[in-house]
Amino acid sequence: MKKTRIHPWPIRLTHWINAFGMVCMFMSGWGIYNASPLFSFSFPRDFTVGGWLGGALAWHFAVMWLLVINGLIYVLYGLFTRHFKRDFLPVTPTAVKRDMLDALRFRLKHEKGVYNAVQRLMYWLVLAAGVLIVLTGLAIWKPVQLQELTAVFGGYDFARYVHFAAMAFIGAFVVVHLALVLMVPKTLMPMITGGTRGIESGKVEHD
Amino acid sequence: MIEPKKRAIARIKLEPAQQIQLESLQRRHFLKGGLTVGAMAMLTGCNLQDGDQVDKVLWSMSRWNDRVQAWLFSGQKLAPTFSKDQVRNPFPFNAFYGEDDIPELDTADWKLGVSGLVRDKAPWTLEGLRKLPQRSDITRLICVEGWSAIGQWGGVPLRTFLEHVGADTTAKFVGFKCADRYYSSLDMPTALHPQTLLALDFAEVALPPEYGYPLRVRVPTKLGFKNPKHIVEIVVSNDNPGGYWEDQGYNWFSGI
Ligand code: HEM
Repeated sequence: MKKTRIHPWPIRLTHWINAFGMVCMFMSGWGIYNASPLFSFSFPRDFTVGGWLGGALAWHFAVMWLLVINGLIYVLYGLFTRHFKRDFLPVTPTAVKRDMLDALRFRLKHEKGVYNAVQRLMYWLVLAAGVLIVLTGLAIWKPVQLQELTAVFGGYDFARYVHFAAMAFIGAFVVVHLALVLMVPKTLMPMITGGTRGIESGKVEHD
Repeated sequence: MIEPKKRAIARIKLEPAQQIQLESLQRRHFLKGGLTVGAMAMLTGCNLQDGDQVDKVLWSMSRWNDRVQAWLFSGQKLAPTFSKDQVRNPFPFNAFYGEDDIPELDTADWKLGVSGLVRDKAPWTLEGLRKLPQRSDITRLICVEGWSAIGQWGGVPLRTFLEHVGADTTAKFVGFKCADRYYSSLDMPTALHPQTLLALDFAEVALPPEYGYPLRVRVPTKLGFKNPKHIVEIVVSNDNPGGYWEDQGYNWFSGI
């Protein structure tokens, strides 16, 4: 029986580059936020990177290239290999509801190499948030040159809030995402090594 | 009209950033802080310390971002303008020092020096500048810290001035020196942008001390720190004159 990977290497590579880039963007972003907080709190210094505003900005505007190029590669790969269609679809409300209830009762079975409906929905949402955070980032980086885009997000000041909200959403995703990995730790190794599954059955062998 | 109470609030609003900066100085945290290590080492000629590889990458990415932004910049695209009732009042004061340290200048004696790649290097008086064609725009000033405020600045388009003194507009940079040790510089395309002003007025009256009297640069296509105040000299050059913040690590182009 021909063996095939649960996670092909381009997915794994872009995933881990993304995880690294996200950490840099979160921490530098929090440092930038602290220079002029939108809300009545600041982020602890130890959760920021760059040391001062200029350093945080330099990190943010350097790592953004890594993250955007990496994200583009991932999205193009997902579209061309039909990975998104094959592994992220369908997502029906009934399936989401069923899997959500099962998960909350800790009864959700993990089928090797198959994302459950809650995961699928979460991946779509985080992809959308990824697009949103890039667009709002551009809107507040270039409110004159890209003023039409800035206007779409309600002008410079409002776009800052939208950028922040997208960050908060991705942050919430990461928390749930990591909680799921902790609950089903056997999913972690395949995301690193690739894992194997039989191509005929398409799924369950033994773990 | 300046209401003292509101002014105080406007000042307090700036404080989180200043507070953080102060704290980091006090704790000497900044010696650990990413770019500053590189900037300090470069300024003082010390050996680079730990983390210098990262600093080098950050600095070269910043130079790459200069190039991308220069490419994105359009000499025709105007910054959005606003109506008078959208102007922030009082407009926030901001500098690398507190309001007590605003330089004291004698406007009668004040002269604007002109140097570098220009035909006519004679200094200018305020009167002379007032006689040149004027322009006024209500635009949004965006600070590198993230806050923004709408204000009205009037004065001589820098382009008009540069043409008047016979500047070599094929040169790469226009630099500004200020009465308060501040300095900054612009790329030539931005210097020639129609909304880039040598501002003499704020809200239709001669610039008060806190907003950069007697002359400041107003560039609605750049972050606030690229709008130097109290300027005393303009230099046209092919060598990048850098800037007070730019040399410490803020991105040089900083277009918006
Ligand atoms: C250290 C942090 C992270 C760990 C340990 C981790 C772990 C994992 C694991 C184990 C999977 C496979 C899940 C399965 O097979 O059921 C996965 C998939 C995924 N993760 Fe993460 N992750 C991390 C950070 C992130 C971040 C920051 C994001 C996005 C903001 C992210 C987005 C995704 C996406 C979109 C997938 C699906 C990939 C695909 O099949 O196309 N992850 N992650």
